Amino acid sequence: MSESVAAEHDYIGLSMEAAQMSDNKTKTRDNNNNKNDDVLNFKATELRLGLPGSESPERVDQRFLSLKSSCPVSGAKRVFSDAINGSTKWVFSPGSATDVKDIKPAVPVKEKKSSAAAAPPASKAQVVGWPPIRSFRKNTMASSQSQKQGGSDNNNSETEGEAKSGAEPCLYVKVSMEGAPYLRKIDLKTYKSYVELSSALEEMFSCFTIGQFGSHGGCGRDGLNESRLTDLLRGSEYFVTYEDKDSDWMLVGDVPWEMFICSCKKLRIMKSFEAIGLAPRVMEKCRSRN
Amino acid sequence: MDLRLPSKVLEHILSFVDSNEDRNSVSLVCKSWFETERRTRKRVIVRNCYAVTPAAVARRFPEMKSLTLKGKPHFADYNLVPDGWGGYVWPWIEAMAAKCPSLEELRLKRMVVTDECLEKIAASFKDFKVLVLTSCEGFSTDGLAAIAVACRNLRELELRECIVEDIGGDWLSYFPETLTSLVSLDFSCLDSEVKLSDLERLLSRSPNLKSLKLNRAVSLDALGSLLRLAPQLVELGTGSFSDKLDQEAVAKLSQAFSELKELKSLSGLWDVLPEYIPLLYSVCPGLTSLNLSYATVQMSDLVELITRCSNLQKLWVMDLIEDKGLEVVASSCKELRELRVFPSGAGLDETNVAMTEQGLVYVSEACPNLESVLYFCVQFTNTAMVTIARNRPNLKCFRLCVMEPFAPDHKTQKPLDEGFKAIVERCKDLQRLSVSGLLTDKAFEYIGTHGKKLRMLSIAFAGDSDLMLHHLLSGCESLNKLEIRDCPFGDTALLENAAKLKTMRSLWMSSCCVSFGACKLLSQKMPKLNVEVIDEHPLETRPDSSPVERIYIYRTLAGPRLDMPEFVWTIHKNPEIGVSHLAIK
Repeated sequence: MSESVAAEHDYIGLSMEAAQMSDNKTKTRDNNNNKNDDVLNFKATELRLGLPGSESPERVDQRFLSLKSSCPVSGAKRVFSDAINGSTKWVFSPGSATDVKDIKPAVPVKEKKSSAAAAPPASKAQVVGWPPIRSFRKNTMASSQSQKQGGSDNNNSETEGEAKSGAEPCLYVKVSMEGAPYLRKIDLKTYKSYVELSSALEEMFSCFTIGQFGSHGGCGRDGLNESRLTDLLRGSEYFVTYEDKDSDWMLVGDVPWEMFICSCKKLRIMKSFEAIGLAPRVMEKCRSRN
Repeated sequence: MDLRLPSKVLEHILSFVDSNEDRNSVSLVCKSWFETERRTRKRVIVRNCYAVTPAAVARRFPEMKSLTLKGKPHFADYNLVPDGWGGYVWPWIEAMAAKCPSLEELRLKRMVVTDECLEKIAASFKDFKVLVLTSCEGFSTDGLAAIAVACRNLRELELRECIVEDIGGDWLSYFPETLTSLVSLDFSCLDSEVKLSDLERLLSRSPNLKSLKLNRAVSLDALGSLLRLAPQLVELGTGSFSDKLDQEAVAKLSQAFSELKELKSLSGLWDVLPEYIPLLYSVCPGLTSLNLSYATVQMSDLVELITRCSNLQKLWVMDLIEDKGLEVVASSCKELRELRVFPSGAGLDETNVAMTEQGLVYVSEACPNLESVLYFCVQFTNTAMVTIARNRPNLKCFRLCVMEPFAPDHKTQKPLDEGFKAIVERCKDLQRLSVSGLLTDKAFEYIGTHGKKLRMLSIAFAGDSDLMLHHLLSGCESLNKLEIRDCPFGDTALLENAAKLKTMRSLWMSSCCVSFGACKLLSQKMPKLNVEVIDEHPLETRPDSSPVERIYIYRTLAGPRLDMPEFVWTIHKNPEIGVSHLAIK
């Protein structure tokens, strides 16, 4: 029997089916608790400080090396909110594999009404860089979803996200940030207020502002070295703009939320406060002059 | 008696020696051959930009016309290399601008290219002709404008899956009216809309244009008028294929496609609607390359196209094609050499389960020239791999990505060791292999024993112990690039086989159990290698026994690089470690 057909699986097969299939490896107590996801997750994330090569009793934990803190200082710096995990299918963590240390208790990622029979997925631990698909393809497929709104293909997995609530299309908009090398996409419908949006953006882009991974050496790239990200909407370090239906760039927060999500086409996080009302290209030149 | 050939004669002879591999051999014969060769080499390829300094390359090959550089390790494609690691092309451009101003072609892969770099290229190389950037990042559309405006004899401008800060579509309008030399233009990775009229005018004055790859923002309607201006195209990447067109527009577009008598390669087809697939029928028989990997249509629609492509040599498609569709590929595309099947869904729970190992088995049975495979699949079986190996001993590249880590043979629940054994045993010319699924050390013993021609190997979530690495490093004679993630081996195999690393271009290991102490030891033992520890957490206070996050080891003549960010450590940052109290086990 092919156990994984239609079963809920997280990226690394922490569901019960997967664990049982690798019979040689799984001699741990974790399997009994698989349906109560949290236990397995926490076990898998226990710090191990044994010497490399030493046999640890729970051999299976060795497999999930990306998930463990492999050094004394615990990771989990880059926490992507559940809302983001829920809305974008491809959660790619720019930066290090330590992102993966963020293990959340089971969150049903999509409201898949048809899957009521299946157990909720074990932790949605996102393994960085797996499956090995280039970011370009991931981003492209994510935006393909937004094009097929309420699609009628049953097999085509891209449309499942849209079929969530049946009637309403999702509002996927691109979010770019000055100085960041790639864009994200978010579904505005998953937020109910500016506050929610703000904290989601903060989490999504915080990795670009924690100084460690700023690019050095190359000419002309300075955008990644800001060290503090304060509340985005209150604008002390960054502020958020959006392009509306008339292709004008507006400051986020001016209009009521409902009106905002109807007119917002894309978002851009800026750093230079003086540049309100100016085109992004002008702002870019301001930035490079500073 | 002077037996030396006059250098003019030698030069003339060498002008027939094209391949760099042969030229490298030539340069080893004796000093005068070395000198003659280096003065006449036009095309220089540096596959690791940190293996050698730009100045050394510029000095050695003063007549260089074409430079190819690769920067970041392959796993950077999957976000395993943190931002800011390196791969900056600026020093190369500076050096070439100073020493080789007659440079005409630059091809870069996985490098950081800034607008300043592009401006410098535009300003420094008077006869610049070719710019091909693959998986590069760091520049904006402003940089493209600089190239467009200044390179009067530009022939090729290709952006392949780059991450570009897209400020707008104006860059295209910077191509001067006097530019008529364009042969290839690829801006498929850009988001912004370019002005249709600019593009039309560009096409009208580019009679030599053979390859055009549009971005998604170019509508289907616009495509019609563009094709009419460039019926000589050999390669076409369409834009979005999903506008609603009226009957007249559809007829015109169909006509335009049927005029493309030379077309061999088709890609793009973003968001293609099933009702527009028939538009492509007229070009199908001539196609040798078809990229449907962004075409989100169902199997029945895909099949309609594929049955008409009897000359297809290269097919890229998503798993929407299902086993049934691959059966059609098998029966229709007898010339097939390369097959890539990508996942359509984002996660295991969405991946198309009507595509299994059987699809690949069909193709392997019926396509005698199949030599390159990339296959994403939820699960696989040993039997299928054995069958594929038996059918296709001529495989050169086999990359199987079983998407569920540690997934065993789904029929027998056994590891996939036997399957990969068959592959390496039978496919004697196998040069590239990616393994996945549940694998024990045995699998790597087989690979070490049989994979004698293997040059590149990618491994994830596999193996049990140090033996795995030992088998590979001691067995695979031709191994050039090895990349491993999330495998449980430690220091021993690495240290014991350290000498092997000098014969390889690079080794990448991430989330394995190699300790900091071993990295230090290796660095000491092997001064001709750069042993980079790439770790988010500070290393100064790290005990020697603690495992490091990532290690990237490569041979180099250039010594330690000067552009290392904080999170990259090499022994040169702690030279006092030479006084070693590190125990040698």
